[in-house]
Amino acid sequence: MASLSDLVNLNLSDQTNKIIAEYIWIGGSGMDLRSKARTLSGPVDDPSKLPKWNYDGSSTGQAPGEDSEVILYPQAIFKDPFRRGNNILVMCDSYTPAGEPIPTNNRFAAAKIFSHPDVAAEVPWYGIEQEYTLLKKDVHWPLGWPNGGFPGPQGPYYCGIGADKAFGRDIVDAHYKACLYAGINISGINAEVMPGQWEFQVGPVVGISAGDELWVARYILERITEIAGVVVSFDPKPIPGDWNGAGAHTNYSTKSMRNQGGLEVIKKAIEKLGLKHKEHIVAYGEGNERRLTGKHETADINKFSWGVANRGASVRVGRETEKDGKGYFEDRRPSSNMDPYVVTSMIAETTILWNP
Amino acid sequence: MASLTDLINLDLSDSTDKFIAEYIWIDAVGGLRSKARTLSGPNNDPTQLPKWNYDGSSTGQAPGKDSEVILYPQAIFKDPFRRGSHILVMCDTYTPAGEPIPTNKRCNAAKIFSHPDVAAEVPWFGIEQEYTLLQKEVKWPLGWPTGGFPGPQGPYYCSIGADKAFGRDIVDAHYKACLYAGINISGINGEVMPGQWEFQVGPAVGISAGDELWVARYILERITEIAGVVVSLDPKPIPGDWNGAGAHTNYSTESMRNEGGFELIKKAIGKLEIKHTQHIAAYGEGNERRLTGRHETASMHKFSWGVANRGASVRVGRDTEKEGKGYFEDRRPASNMDPYVVTSMIAETTLL
Repeated sequence: MASLSDLVNLNLSDQTNKIIAEYIWIGGSGMDLRSKARTLSGPVDDPSKLPKWNYDGSSTGQAPGEDSEVILYPQAIFKDPFRRGNNILVMCDSYTPAGEPIPTNNRFAAAKIFSHPDVAAEVPWYGIEQEYTLLKKDVHWPLGWPNGGFPGPQGPYYCGIGADKAFGRDIVDAHYKACLYAGINISGINAEVMPGQWEFQVGPVVGISAGDELWVARYILERITEIAGVVVSFDPKPIPGDWNGAGAHTNYSTKSMRNQGGLEVIKKAIEKLGLKHKEHIVAYGEGNERRLTGKHETADINKFSWGVANRGASVRVGRETEKDGKGYFEDRRPSSNMDPYVVTSMIAETTILWNP
Repeated sequence: MASLTDLINLDLSDSTDKFIAEYIWIDAVGGLRSKARTLSGPNNDPTQLPKWNYDGSSTGQAPGKDSEVILYPQAIFKDPFRRGSHILVMCDTYTPAGEPIPTNKRCNAAKIFSHPDVAAEVPWFGIEQEYTLLQKEVKWPLGWPTGGFPGPQGPYYCSIGADKAFGRDIVDAHYKACLYAGINISGINGEVMPGQWEFQVGPAVGISAGDELWVARYILERITEIAGVVVSLDPKPIPGDWNGAGAHTNYSTESMRNEGGFELIKKAIGKLEIKHTQHIAAYGEGNERRLTGRHETASMHKFSWGVANRGASVRVGRDTEKEGKGYFEDRRPASNMDPYVVTSMIAETTLL
């Protein structure tokens, strides 16, 4: 028989100019990614040239049945690593038919903050370290762990290799190349302290693009785990007890921080974050209190702290930044299930626009 | 040993000018049948292809002692399975005397579409074909635990992930295969019930809508055959709190697409309301199990329409309302409807 792969991998560019665009959006829970595809008449590389679309918001908890249309506005284009050719992935956000962002649309407010002249002038850079856990499909227990039991304690797994230490590398490596193909600024990967847990980093990316790129990287990851028959979890503390949680440490700098005298600007910014600790924590991801205990390389959720090279602090400044007198800092508080639109724009707003 | 794949994927264009034509027809119960023959000459004009025949007594379409049913080629598509210069040929079925056999719905539809009043209005159709993938031996939806149920509906519509989306490789293979074949496939999405998917064909004009949808269904079932999975067009495959499967049919005429079109749309909907009972009877077997008024359907017995209302029989999009012209969506047809019947009936009721 002809094979499914022959058909999935058909290169249509000899037959037709048409392309397939996969429109991606975030559903009503704030973490469920949704997508559907449409045919366009030719290649497109500018989101403003893509048509708006709509979806059934009553099926994603975002609209009532009698008035169910939610409108999709294309915001960013990436190459589709699954369909390849001229086919694309399109990151969108959601609006009412009247043109208002729907309540769960966090990108809209973030984009406003990033286009504020004071923020834009500072060219804010973000590098996000996305941790995640791979789970076996039917039992929802981490990949590589014995069913009904536990692997040996943490120690051998961080950046480990070997069939008894690294579980799921093919997913991680496929994801790395797929993201590079797509045009996402993926800067690295590593295996994490808890077995079955991994991390990839996206950045440095400027302003609103940080959120776009991280969300599409998450989309590509879940499409790949779907192919692998494995479930990806962004829960911040997937296994209670003496097992690391999963975070999304957010590295940040502005133009002033990257230039001469930057370290002072960094310290002032960290001070502002300290004053707004509670407001930030509330927006830094659901369930974070199970993860930010003060143990397992986290800071306690109730206390704000910072330090150079201190992985037990809320905010860490690298030794190089201290030595050069300029650079960036790392907000270690966000959990793996944070919304990057919210976190990146909140950090920019507090450190650039807000004054105590 | 040489592999089977090497042989299936042989490129014959260096060896011969001949091509293979797979003739497709619809049997007595709405199933698809096909057989292939070798031809030479032009491969892009249905009128240049020879008529053929098949054993109608093996498909419930003729008695044993007078079993020949004649195939008239009507539309050609590129064969995504054999590729090269090979083709798929959508046919309809006639007696040796030249009469359409009783199960041939295309003939009558073609008559309606060639009526001058209908042709002048250039009727466009966009059909949203929903379907369910079933595990082969147990006929239980793909991805569902055997003897049990997945978590309730909510997470699955347009979803991703191994625990939410079941069978994407079939859906993606089908998308590209249809584009390759020359079918006007405009999109795909995962549906509300897990294991259920949808593809859309359109806009296609007049009789082509039926041809393209039938060939798209043919390609889908050939692909599920490769995947070892069964495709079901039943309108309510799983009773209870699980969505059914429909074939919502979007429709517009030239007048509806132009200035003042919205008024014509309302008039057309009014005519559909008057003929609700006749349409419903022709909109697919078993539809009463699906059109309950729940699960984003309208009740089978009451005709209703509304803007952006997924619980109505006919839905008009917000864009159409805003611009005063456009198209509307008849949400009543079941997934197992015959597109020749539904498209021509909508044209006939609204135009003639």
